[in-house]
Amino acid sequence: MEIMEQITTKSMPYEAFKDNEYIESLVEELRASGTNILVGSLDKLINWGRSNSLWPLTFATSCCGIEFVSLGAARFDMARFGWEVARASPRQADFMMVAGTIVNRMVPVFKRLYDQLAEPKYVIACGGCAISGGPFRKSYHVAKGIEDIVPVDVYVPGCPPRPEAMIYGIMQLSRKLKVERFFGGVNRQEKP
Amino acid sequence: MANLKEKISSLFPGATIEELDTLRITISPAELHALAKALKEDSESPFDFLMTIVGMDWTESLGCVYYLSSTKTKDIISIKTSTTDRDQPVLPSVSDLWEVAVTYEREVYDFFGIIFTDNPDMRRLFLNIDWKGFPLRKDYDMESNENPVSTENERQSDDTYVYSISADGKLVKTAKPVFEKDDFVVNIGPQHPATHGVLRFRTAVDGETIKKIDVYMGYIHRGVEKLCENLNYFQTLHYMDRLDYFSAHNYHHGLCLCIEKAAGIEAPRRAQVIRVLMDELSRIASHCLFIGTFCMDLGATTMLFYTLRVREQILDIMDKTCGARMTFNYECIGGVMADLDPDFVKDVKALLAVLPSNIAEYNKIFTGNVIAKNRMEGVGKISLDDCISYGVTGPSGRASGWACDVRKTHPYSIYSELDFEQVVMEEGDSMARFKVRIKEMEQSARIIEQLIDNLPEGEICAKVPKVLKLPQGSWWQIVEGCRGLFGVYIESDGGTSPYRLKIAPPCLPLAAAVDHMTSGSKIADLITIGGSLDYIVPDMDR
Repeated sequence: MEIMEQITTKSMPYEAFKDNEYIESLVEELRASGTNILVGSLDKLINWGRSNSLWPLTFATSCCGIEFVSLGAARFDMARFGWEVARASPRQADFMMVAGTIVNRMVPVFKRLYDQLAEPKYVIACGGCAISGGPFRKSYHVAKGIEDIVPVDVYVPGCPPRPEAMIYGIMQLSRKLKVERFFGGVNRQEKP
Repeated sequence: MANLKEKISSLFPGATIEELDTLRITISPAELHALAKALKEDSESPFDFLMTIVGMDWTESLGCVYYLSSTKTKDIISIKTSTTDRDQPVLPSVSDLWEVAVTYEREVYDFFGIIFTDNPDMRRLFLNIDWKGFPLRKDYDMESNENPVSTENERQSDDTYVYSISADGKLVKTAKPVFEKDDFVVNIGPQHPATHGVLRFRTAVDGETIKKIDVYMGYIHRGVEKLCENLNYFQTLHYMDRLDYFSAHNYHHGLCLCIEKAAGIEAPRRAQVIRVLMDELSRIASHCLFIGTFCMDLGATTMLFYTLRVREQILDIMDKTCGARMTFNYECIGGVMADLDPDFVKDVKALLAVLPSNIAEYNKIFTGNVIAKNRMEGVGKISLDDCISYGVTGPSGRASGWACDVRKTHPYSIYSELDFEQVVMEEGDSMARFKVRIKEMEQSARIIEQLIDNLPEGEICAKVPKVLKLPQGSWWQIVEGCRGLFGVYIESDGGTSPYRLKIAPPCLPLAAAVDHMTSGSKIADLITIGGSLDYIVPDMDR
């Protein structure tokens, strides 16, 4: 079965996205390995649903969290994309928007929250601090980027990123979802 | 003050008295407690408000600088004391005089390892109990891997310690449990939507009634004070944006004023007016978000959408002039970075035009609401004396009848020329704290109205040397942030970067007072009380 040519999301044309080699390589990989018609169609259907109802975990430690609040309010209105169902419990969330600095004391808590997310789970590193430690990189009590602790899917730079940038970041995540294989792929059971 | 000097020198002959930007008394640790007590109980100007305790490492000695203020005469005084023992530095505690000192001394212990005898709770405050070394000491190795980032849960202890000096002069450490043996302890936070950030409460409850709360901080402790010691003065400014991100302009203003005072620079008139305008705009934006999140905590989600409407309008004004929505980095040493946007006056007038109707709307929707009244009135009461003892400043302090607005008590910049009222209420409950903030928005609008029509022309920044060195000495500056008194202490050794830069945030005392305010209330009221205090966790943790 043919994988869709251009991976895009609702209301944003393909050309409007900057080059994303990572997603292109995923498409290539899927094309090369071939997909079963039946399972492939089901994948497509489920991914369509998943990518349009990404539920974030409310996880904010500092400044970026306030921009995330703005994102939920009327002006930036992430409800347009189906992302507004911010959950306070990781069990009910699809992805984690790490908004803010992660410091040494927070690391075990953060790791536990990540572990509690149900598979398939995703992480967006939002802002300089989550990406690399940002302005606090040289501090004695700051983790130098969350990628050492959990795998990261999308990086959104900024200090803090504007709400538009956050929307773009979550859009990239929903594009990634669209090229994943749900059956036998991301939905597989992790071996304990 | 001259009177006071005589009194001190007659009572404490060993004390040296200097005139810095405040009166500075240097005293030996043995006499510290007696001096603090005498100052607090002075009949003419009782120094009943402890603003901060600055821990210091002068390499050859470790010590503290206490900043006290009198709520009666508004005088500020500082006490310096030090000990040369680096292995086991011991100072007497003043926590029996000021309740907030318990927390301040814990902070100093955490950063410098100074043990305060007879402090009832001598634990680390921000760092975990297995942390090696004391990070703000000058000999702390920042490059070492002694304290790696670990995904293992940190070790926790249910004990706290009290140190005392025994009859034969030895230091005795006594363990004391935080909670009673059969207490039922509920953990709230650090990842909880109603704690406004990553704050953790270990709450002992009796049924639904709160017995005791142990506030756990440090989940966003980023070590700003230590970072500042390795940066030059221009570079230290940008951290002020990231402490209390709603009072970014106010905090910048505070640090700029402190550096300017030390370097003898005066900002031009236009810059001063712009700074005050920005301060007041951020105050409105901050209180808007407070109303929104506070109402959301109580279940009224819709309010957030109404209040963010005004906040977005203010952020647009800031965006046009400062180029950012949140971390502005706009005020600089000597003035401001850039001139106002051509649309600024027009936009601000548009904001002032819609603000009164918006505030009326908030009151209509929420303030008079029966449910809101039942949940806020009489909840989380704190008396005036407790407010002063716990150092609860800002709108929360003013709701208990303490006229503590720094803009009035110690006017800085052009505030003394402006006509506005200090909002003070007497009730001291959550409702009063909520109402004070709504009224403060009106007062801020009044200040902006006075300034917006006659913006002075001229320079926006004074001439500042490219390499700024401050002379040797120490300076203290306070400003009114959106949540209370914000203080900056700079000690310089004559170099381009501060020897010590201490930030005294308003939110740390607010969090320290939570235990006192909630004891005896229902656990659901903890959310109301915490929300009405409006603490910002990155501000208290730094």
